[in-house]
Amino acid sequence: MTTTTDTTGTYAPRPGAAPLGRMIAAQAVLETKMLLRNGEQLLLTVIIPTLLLVLFSSVDIIDTGAEEAVDFLAPGVLALAVMSTAFTGQAIATGFERRYGVLKRLAASPLPRWALMTAKTASVLVTEVLQVVLLTVIAFALGWSPHGNPAAVLLLLVLGTAAFSGLGLLMAGTLRAEATLAAANLVFLLLLVGGGVIVPLDKFPDAARDVLGLLPISALSDGLRDVLQHGASMPWGDLGILAVWAVVGLAAAGKFFRWE
Amino acid sequence: MRSEPVVQVQALVKRYGTKTAVDGLDLVARTGVTAVLGPNGAGKTTTVETCEGYRRPDSGTVRVLGLDPVGQSSQLRPRIGVMLQSGGVYSGARADEMLRHVAKLHAHPLDVDALIERLGLGSCGRTTYRRLSGGQQQRLALAMAVVGRPELVFLDEPTAGLDPQARRATWDLVRDLRADGVSVILTTHHMDEAEQLADDVAIVDAGRVVAQGSPEQLCRGGAENTLRFTGRPGLDVASLLKALPPDSAAAEVTPGSYRVNGEVDPQLLATVTSWCAQHGVMPDRISVERHTLEDVFLELTGKELRG
Repeated sequence: MTTTTDTTGTYAPRPGAAPLGRMIAAQAVLETKMLLRNGEQLLLTVIIPTLLLVLFSSVDIIDTGAEEAVDFLAPGVLALAVMSTAFTGQAIATGFERRYGVLKRLAASPLPRWALMTAKTASVLVTEVLQVVLLTVIAFALGWSPHGNPAAVLLLLVLGTAAFSGLGLLMAGTLRAEATLAAANLVFLLLLVGGGVIVPLDKFPDAARDVLGLLPISALSDGLRDVLQHGASMPWGDLGILAVWAVVGLAAAGKFFRWE
Repeated sequence: MRSEPVVQVQALVKRYGTKTAVDGLDLVARTGVTAVLGPNGAGKTTTVETCEGYRRPDSGTVRVLGLDPVGQSSQLRPRIGVMLQSGGVYSGARADEMLRHVAKLHAHPLDVDALIERLGLGSCGRTTYRRLSGGQQQRLALAMAVVGRPELVFLDEPTAGLDPQARRATWDLVRDLRADGVSVILTTHHMDEAEQLADDVAIVDAGRVVAQGSPEQLCRGGAENTLRFTGRPGLDVASLLKALPPDSAAAEVTPGSYRVNGEVDPQLLATVTSWCAQHGVMPDRISVERHTLEDVFLELTGKELRG
């Protein structure tokens, strides 16, 4: 190219993408900051699970069938924490990012789309680690005595995150932001009640219980309870249900997600 | 030099459902500043967003810096800067935070502090994006488009809704970009903006380019310019016409009132006054009506209001 322009000027072109790892790290840090700065998100991801754990462990409202209510509640609340971050929080945040052109603008930056999704996942995982640490400390203070295989717990949390992320992104990438906001909160509330989080599934009629047991939240809370409360080594049935939800949800999100 | 095409659009067609937004548009933009000027709904944004890789053409070809914006997007994206018409920032992010973030996605970004200072974004402080004024949001979007030191910047209505000071600041930055060798494609429906900034103007209407050229060429070609003077009645108009360049016209409109049409430049003015001097005429009330880009624009795109 022939050019007579000054190549030493302030704005003289010097294009180039930052190294991929640095871009993903920067994006993950920003996503996490945005999440932790958002009051509504904190209500959903931190305050509600904490309140439920403390309230239902110390006040005998629901017959949990366990000697110590916290032994029943802690696994359920951990499942709820995963759902609140990977599904509800991620759906709402991503829905509004789509609405306000954030996804569109980033799609024109050097950051590849898959890298943006990787960063979002990293931000969800970081938030979950903070949630799990906080809720575990509180549960121990309430007299929790967990059992079981840590690897099974980790696998359940990871598969649960994948399942909820797929569903959350599917919602965020297809519905209007306001519809996502309403629907994600409604689903959160319904699954909180009907997903074995604080109300044992055996309180429901048999027919309903069979259906509710197939929900990702039920599989996650039931699986965590099998391991942490009853000392199961690997809850294959629940892992299987979560794996199916993860594959279906992520595939559908990949196919139907719209960036604008 | 304005030689290398930075954008080449050939016979671009883009439809949304049954509505044809872009209808066989051809555009060549070379290094420098190119303004895409047109009324609302003319297809400006669709054209630019196709160049940015957001839309796949229904037919026709688009090349930006020699690359296919959709198929070679990963090569193209680091080399361009994009300012969307609105939005593009996390509602909970602060201006400096977002700008620093975009800078981190590039290998050799500009000095963020200097850019913040330059665009008067320092006063935004800890205010999050959703609480910034419209002008501050626009300037942040502009800063995000240039911070990665791109070769080519797309600005979609960069001064829409800005106050005069912010508008000047944006113009100054565009001029500095141009001076430092950055090419700029900007859409606007402000004639003065195109006239002030652009080396080349493409007037778009109903999804097509209806005229393209430098502002001077367009003003000259699209509509004639007029010089008027008064003198004593009955001057020899034919003799005046002989003195003028070819393609000019001269007439006595009403007794003692004369009109010259053609390419009105200093040379033509000098020719008319010296002819008057030779003929002992004192030309009175000389006036020059040079057509502005606005006249050309209205002439080409019609005067009726668009939806």
